[in-house]
Amino acid sequence: MASTQVNPTRMELTKQKKKLNTAVRGHKLLKDKRDELMRQFLDLVRENMELRKKVEAGIRSANINFVIAKAGMSEQTLNTALMAPKQEVYLETGRKNIMSVDVPVFEYKTRTSDANDIYSYGFAFTSSDLDGAVKSLADVLPDMLRLAECEKACQLMSAEIEKTRRRVNALEHVIIPEAQSNIKYITMKLDENERSTQIRLMKVKDMMLEEAHDYKGKQKKRAEETA
Amino acid sequence: MYKIAVIGDYGSIYGFAALGLDTFPVKDAEEAKTKFHRLAGGDYAVIYITEALAAQLEHEIEKYREQVLPAIIQIPGVSGNTGAGIDGVKKSVEQAVGSDILFGDE
Repeated sequence: MASTQVNPTRMELTKQKKKLNTAVRGHKLLKDKRDELMRQFLDLVRENMELRKKVEAGIRSANINFVIAKAGMSEQTLNTALMAPKQEVYLETGRKNIMSVDVPVFEYKTRTSDANDIYSYGFAFTSSDLDGAVKSLADVLPDMLRLAECEKACQLMSAEIEKTRRRVNALEHVIIPEAQSNIKYITMKLDENERSTQIRLMKVKDMMLEEAHDYKGKQKKRAEETA
Repeated sequence: MYKIAVIGDYGSIYGFAALGLDTFPVKDAEEAKTKFHRLAGGDYAVIYITEALAAQLEHEIEKYREQVLPAIIQIPGVSGNTGAGIDGVKKSVEQAVGSDILFGDE
């Protein structure tokens, strides 16, 4: 498993142990982050889906109303009616931090507070269907803004979750096992070195004793005497 | 102070003008592309785009997906719902979870 060669030294061992420690802690933290992000994301995405269905249905019915309105009056009249809108919508944007993901928060303001300012035309030359159509579209607007907020948040969070998941997996399946196998390799190598030093010392001691007392010569002599 | 833009074919978006949103009717993809970039770089926080047009500008929209602003939201046009908006939500789930576990059977 140890793909890269490590020096079997004590210093390297401490380094690897520290690395393993950090990796394990980072892995735990990132895993927690991923789980929490996922929990929030799933709530948000369900809301997103609901809003989207609602908005799409709303726009569809508004479109039907507009088509009917268009059928009841001439193209020019319709264009003139909608040419100079009275109302204007502004957005205040803020930012909300969900688990280190910055998501936008929209707050919308209309130029005038009068709800009737969406009708930017005189009622004399337009059909009443147009009023209904404009109203139905105006009713969808708050949901559309909420949808924009929600969908953007979902997009940003899904990207963040993907990144976090990759990091967790890299730590879990690459960094941590690698550090563990390195530590194992170094400890075994160090133990082996220690054993070989021990054996060498024992051998040297034997040789030195032999030299001092000449055991072999004495043994030979004793054998000759008994023979 | 940001504004809201709506971009798409004229028939799908003219109603939004009455509400006070800025509408930008476009006829072909080339025109839409340049207009879209101008809007995304400008002071628009939300850009609603019809699904039909979004299908042609997929590459451009993808660029803004991971930016906080602007939010680019697909809306159905007058010619009907293509389901692209719903697919976008599903795509988010897929990216986050790995597979679509929530809306896979819808």
